[in-house]
Formats: sequence, structure tokens, C-alpha cells
Amino acid sequence: MDKPVNHKAWFLVLPVLVLVAFSAVIPLMTVVNYSVQDTFGNNVFFWNGLGWFEDLLSSERMWNALGRQLIFSGVIIAIEIPLGIFVALNMPKRGVWASVVLVLMSLPLLIPWNVVGTIWQIFGRVDIGLLGYGLDALGIDYNYTQNPIHAWITVVVMDVWHWTSLVALLAYAGLQSIPDAYYQAAKIDQASRWKVFRFIELPKMAGVLMIAVLLRFMDSFMIYTEPFVLTGGGPGNATTFLSIDLVKMALGQFDLGPAAAFSLMYFLVILLISWVFYTVMTNLDKRGG
Amino acid sequence: MAQITLDNLAHSYLADPKGPDDFALKELNHVWEDGAAYALLGSSGCGKSTLLNIISGLLRPSQGRILFDGQDMTDAPTAERNIAQVFQFPVVYDTMSVRENLAFPLRNRGRPEAYVAERVAEIAAMIGMEHMLDRKARGLTADAKQKISLGRGMVRKDVNALLFDEPLTVIDPHMKWELRTQLKKLHHDFGHTMIYVTHDQTEALTFADKVVVMYDGRVVQIGTPDELFERPEHTFVGYFIGSPGMNLLPAEVAGAEARIPGGTVPLAGHYGTPQGRLQLGIRPEHLRLSDADGLPVTIRRIEDVGRHRIVRADLAGHELNIIAPEDQPLGEGMNRVVVDPAKVSIYADDWRVTAA
Repeated sequence: MDKPVNHKAWFLVLPVLVLVAFSAVIPLMTVVNYSVQDTFGNNVFFWNGLGWFEDLLSSERMWNALGRQLIFSGVIIAIEIPLGIFVALNMPKRGVWASVVLVLMSLPLLIPWNVVGTIWQIFGRVDIGLLGYGLDALGIDYNYTQNPIHAWITVVVMDVWHWTSLVALLAYAGLQSIPDAYYQAAKIDQASRWKVFRFIELPKMAGVLMIAVLLRFMDSFMIYTEPFVLTGGGPGNATTFLSIDLVKMALGQFDLGPAAAFSLMYFLVILLISWVFYTVMTNLDKRGG
Repeated sequence: MAQITLDNLAHSYLADPKGPDDFALKELNHVWEDGAAYALLGSSGCGKSTLLNIISGLLRPSQGRILFDGQDMTDAPTAERNIAQVFQFPVVYDTMSVRENLAFPLRNRGRPEAYVAERVAEIAAMIGMEHMLDRKARGLTADAKQKISLGRGMVRKDVNALLFDEPLTVIDPHMKWELRTQLKKLHHDFGHTMIYVTHDQTEALTFADKVVVMYDGRVVQIGTPDELFERPEHTFVGYFIGSPGMNLLPAEVAGAEARIPGGTVPLAGHYGTPQGRLQLGIRPEHLRLSDADGLPVTIRRIEDVGRHRIVRADLAGHELNIIAPEDQPLGEGMNRVVVDPAKVSIYADDWRVTAA
């Protein structure tokens, strides 16, 4: 069968093409361009092939940052998902309190990220911060600016404080979609609280939880503002995650070539992990059917 | 198995009910006899499901008591009551296989695996799902899921009562008939007390020994299908049972005579002078068209439904349905209707009055 050919259609998609070109393709290609060139200043560039990528792969600094990043994402997902589910299970289902709790839960999500960083930066200070001062008064030698472990705990707690709400709200939406008849049937079947969770609530939440994990992974893997404001990547390099390291390299040292190579690898890693994750989860989902 | 007594029971979904209108279920005294099959019939929102949920303990009544074999169970949780209930919309555990679904209530009660396997096999045969026992419940059709729900309800042998809350709504007509037959057989074989909620009169009349008709949060009549048809105690029963329902005409009653629009009809007994808003009720089956005697009517439409014809007529401005047998010729002159006095019911404020 002959398809009608109409070249006017190109004009209809042209605006989108131009928009995407300027907002995504051209900037990305600029980065690609930098990643294969070197310069000694004066805007003179010469070809460096895959040199920056080779350097990067053998750079301990990058691997350390990647390691820290993976541990951070792993830890916060391991905390936020169960905690979010737990919170959602205990939120009131209906009535005035349901609305009140919903508003309270969404508050942390509405605060600008650098403000979150500032809040915790001050909150944790030993001289004037409630948390830091309080812990100190209790005899705990807490100091997140000196002690890497304390810095880590503070960053993780901050992220949990900031983002558990998101998981809880998603899980809550999943729970709300379960008809009462399921709970009633479970009572008739004499199912324990655990079995109600395991066989009714968890399967119904699986879809939104998958999205929650994906969102939290992508977001935490790109985290920059909050730890930057809170610890500035320190003490030492203890909380220097990938994006902080990248910015140091690109803007601090102005190493455009290595930074560009870094960005591309960073981008590919996120893409790869998200894809693997999504594929695995959707397959798990389908296997039942 | 148990006899279930409702003692002075009432329920309101409001925390502080003011008048009778605030009650979803109005005061009720009733004994569900051990081993009988009941149908709970009524239109949507009349309190049927509320009553069922109170019996199974999913809902605590605002007032009154509920007794199982004389023992007060008002505050007993669902699990202690040992009741099976099937809901209107299928509830299956998606991540489990059909087999696990059916075994779930038994396993939760710690029954030995051999017994569980045996019961699951029996029930699977009954609902016709032996061939798909190992499939996941997710992705099955609605009626397959509802069959699993029914199966889960029936898998326990020792239940005090089996409650069905319009369970066949989502099932296709052929399977509906088959499952209803299975339920009746189950009742016959094991003698469980069964309460079957429905708004479908055919379902109620074919399933149950006794039909409980509810209207506006109140039980208006309990009786055999025959009693409901012949002597509706409330105008709602007259209207709800039968197809089409009972004709209700405003009337003035004096002794053994009733004046209705279009004329006067004799009654089978003496009613004296009943007070209140009076109505004369007569089923379409008990009216006969004639060309000689009776009250004059205007015939507006005749519907042939196969076994008989439904004549839609007009009696002095009031709609009147008449059922005419297939073989009766309905010619030009057939414009009078004869009322069978023995089948007439008189209602005062919607409740049936008996003749002296």
C-alpha cells in the first residue's frame, strides 16, 4: 500500500526540533566537543582523542567519588523506601487529619534545596544549632565539619528528612487505591497484619514504589546543592559526591576537557543504571501475569 | 453452624444519629434459623450490605446485640465469628496462584497441608477451575476472579454462616445460573446457614427458602417466595417483586367495597373504615381483560414477552398493567378490566391491612 507523502509535515515538527536542538542536543554536543579536545588557553583547541576518557578511567579520584555516590544512593534508598512505606501505612486514611498530614508531609518537598542545606548546616552547628548543641550537651562529641562519619550521617539524615515524604506520598496514593473489600476479605480469611501487608498492600503499592525507587535513585545520584551547602564536600573529600567533584573540576579548576569527559560518563552511568533497574522491575512485574 | 439472632439491632454511620432518617439500618429483631438459606432482597442503598457487615463483624452496630447460638458476639472480631463472606467485586490475592488463594483461609487457621490440598481440590472442581490452579490470580477475567472469591468463601467447612453480598453481579448469565445451582447444592449438602444479598428478585426467589425484603433500612417482609407474591405486606414488596410489579391505586375503603378511580370494586372481606393513606394493590396477573363487565380502561400498548402479553392500560388517569395469556384474543372491544376480589390487598400508609 502506498503511503501518502506530504513534506509539509516537516514544517510541523520543525519547531520542536529547533527547541530540542537548542535545549538539549547542542549543549550536549558542546560537551562532547570539549571532551575530545585540549587547550592551553587563548581559545586554541587541539584534538586529544579519547585521552581524557582514558585518564578518567584510571583516575582514583573519579572512582572514589563514584564509590561514595553509590554508597550514598544505596543507603538513602534503603532507609527512605521502608520508612516511607511505614509512614504511609500509619497516615490517616480519611477525615480532616488526612488533609493536615498530607500538607505537613509535602512541606519538606516544597523547600528549595539550598535552603534545606542551610537549615541543616545551621541545625547541626555545635555553637548555635539545636541538633549540634543538643548532642554536644548530651556528651556526644558531634562535629560534622571535622568528623567524616558525622558528616555522612548528617548528609544522609538530611536527605531522609527531605525526601522520605515523597516516598510516603507515593506509597500513600498506592494504599488509597485499595478498595475496602480487600481488607474486609482479609479479615474474613483471618489473615494476619503481616499477610495483609505482604499480599494486599505491597502488591498494590509495587507500581508506585518502583517509580519511587527510580526517582530517588536518579535524584540522589545527581545530588549537589544540599551537601554542597552543608559540608562543601568535606571534611576532606568525605562527602564529595560525583556532581560536587564534577563542578570542582569544571569550574574550580576549569579543566574543561576532563570535566566534559566526566559529565558524559556520569550521564551514561545514570542512564545505564536506570535502564537496568527499570527493565528488571518491569520484568518482575510481568512474570506474575 | 449457628442460629444467628439480631436483637434490637440498628446502625447509623453517623456518630450522633438524631432521628430515624440518620439510621442506615433501622431497629431490627430477627432470628436467622440454623441451616436455612435466606435471600436479602432490596434496592441499592437500603441497608442490605450494612446488615451483612454487622453479622460478619466488619461493622459494629450502633445499638443492639447479635447472638450466635445464644452467645453474645456483638463485640467479637470477625475472626472469632468464623464466618465466610463473599463480596460484590472480586477480591483475589494477585501475587498468589489460584491454588494459594483457595488455600489461604485454611492455612491462616493452621489446617494440616493434606487437608488443605483435599479441600482445595474439591472446591476447584466445584467452581470449575482445576485446570488453572497453578496460574497466578493476576490477569484472570473478572468472573474467574469472582469464582476464586466464591471458592475462598466455601473452602471452610465449619463456618457459622456463609454470607454473599451480590456475588454474581460481575458473572455472565450462563455461569451465574450454574454457580447459583452450585450454591444451592452446597447448601443442600452441608446445611450451612446462608444469607444471600441481591437486588435481583429472580436470584432471590430461586436461591432461598425464605426471602427477607428490605426497604429504606427496614425489613418489610420475611416470607417464602410464594407469600411475597400472594400477600405483600408492604407496597414496596408488591412493587419490587413481580414483573411488572403490583398495581397500586388510590382507594377509599368502606366495608367490603373499595372505590378506586374509574369505579368501585368488591372486596373479599370486611375492612371497616381503615385510616391513613389508602391504596388498593392488585397484581397484573390477577387482572383480566373483558369485553363485557368490569371497569373501563384505555389500552395504550401491548408487549408480547413470549409466555404472555403485558397490557399497558390507563384507568381514569392511572397507569395499570395487566397480564393477558397468550391465547386470549385482544380485539377492539376488550376495553374493560375485571379485578379478582380474592387477590386484592388493601394498604394503609403502605402497610397491608387484613380483612376482619
